[in-house]
Amino acid sequence: MPLVEFRDVSYEISGRTILSGVSFSVEAGETLVLLGRSGSGKTTALKMTNGMLFPTAGQVLVEGKSTRDWDPIQLKRHIGYVIQEVGLFPHFTIARNVGLVPTLEGKPDAGRVDRLLDMVGLPAAEYRERYPRQLSGGQRQRAGVARALAAEPPLLLLDEPFGALDPVIRLDLQDQFLKLRKDLNTTSIFVTHDIREAIRIGTRIILLANGKIDWIAPADEFRSADTQEARAFLRGY
Amino acid sequence: MRSDLLNDLLELTGEHLVLVSIAMALAILIGVPGGIFITRHEGAKKWMLGFASVMQTIPSLALFGFLIPIPFIGGIGKRTVIVALVLYALLPILRNTFVGIMNVDPAVCESAVAMGMTDGQLLRQVQLPLAAQTILAGIRVATVTTIGTATIAAAIGGGGLGVFIFRGVATVDTAQILAGAVPAACMALLADGGLGWIERKLSAA
Repeated sequence: MPLVEFRDVSYEISGRTILSGVSFSVEAGETLVLLGRSGSGKTTALKMTNGMLFPTAGQVLVEGKSTRDWDPIQLKRHIGYVIQEVGLFPHFTIARNVGLVPTLEGKPDAGRVDRLLDMVGLPAAEYRERYPRQLSGGQRQRAGVARALAAEPPLLLLDEPFGALDPVIRLDLQDQFLKLRKDLNTTSIFVTHDIREAIRIGTRIILLANGKIDWIAPADEFRSADTQEARAFLRGY
Repeated sequence: MRSDLLNDLLELTGEHLVLVSIAMALAILIGVPGGIFITRHEGAKKWMLGFASVMQTIPSLALFGFLIPIPFIGGIGKRTVIVALVLYALLPILRNTFVGIMNVDPAVCESAVAMGMTDGQLLRQVQLPLAAQTILAGIRVATVTTIGTATIAAAIGGGGLGVFIFRGVATVDTAQILAGAVPAACMALLADGGLGWIERKLSAA
């Protein structure tokens, strides 16, 4: 059974079609990249995976169960989420930010928080008591990734997590992400508009254009994609 | 004669303080939950903020005039005064609560929801702490104006430092007017300073 399955999913809002007839599935252990321009519907697809949005037609299944049948709070706590703006709570320490979901679940685990901070390259002894404003952009994003991993989610959603970072830090964090994937064997859906990042990070890439799947291929074969949109993206590669 | 004035001063200052405290407590109890309510119910926002704004535009003596004939809340005395003071204090508290919560970084709220916080957790753990400073600023403004406005209470037998002022105006006695005005001003300054101090404490946290 795939971890996530999109079945003929469409999404419309106030007469505008954001996604139409999208079907794909995500198998455990892979990193599926949703690649596309802004407005292609990739973030919408991501938000439908953890029940921030619901399809207007078709259905999204997580672990075989429609997102509409999940308890909305449980579904979100079950899936890790990282957004571009990070969204760390400015009034919480880094440790409290990272430990948020386990704490909400009534199972705080300081040891795991420390291990995660070490794992993402923020030594716990030095960073756990700091506030987000005392960290650089790259460090905040590392904390954001640690927070998403805290509840040991079977699935991680990442919405252009490294988009606002400078190129060098971006490469660092991509490396870190690849290492995390290997160590923890995480499954992720990763949204980006950067083809280099898509090929570097992904095991499989879905190119979205105007709310439809334009091309779908394993990351190492994506270069041979030959639709107009794919060529437009590959020109920059 | 001297000690008479001193006794009056203490008694009326105490009365003033009680009026303001009760009115502010009620205004906060209505204003803060009201402000939270309108962040979640778009439809109620317009009429609640509208109602509070209209209340502020009614001259205080006229407001007393309107309130006196109303059963239960009206009549001559402290109760009417407190109702009027609450109505005046409502707008800054209501508005600042609303604005403070709406101004919390949307990315922070979005990630709170995406992490699986319930609406109550979002409110208590994220929005209220981050809006606290703005809410307190509203309470501060409301408190300072309420201390001033409460001097009108004497006009309908509500007591307070206004008694000195009205008596002084009637007898053209500047000393009496000052005996009412100076303590009221001091009280306002103290409240402003004290609440401002808490506000700065909050921003440092």
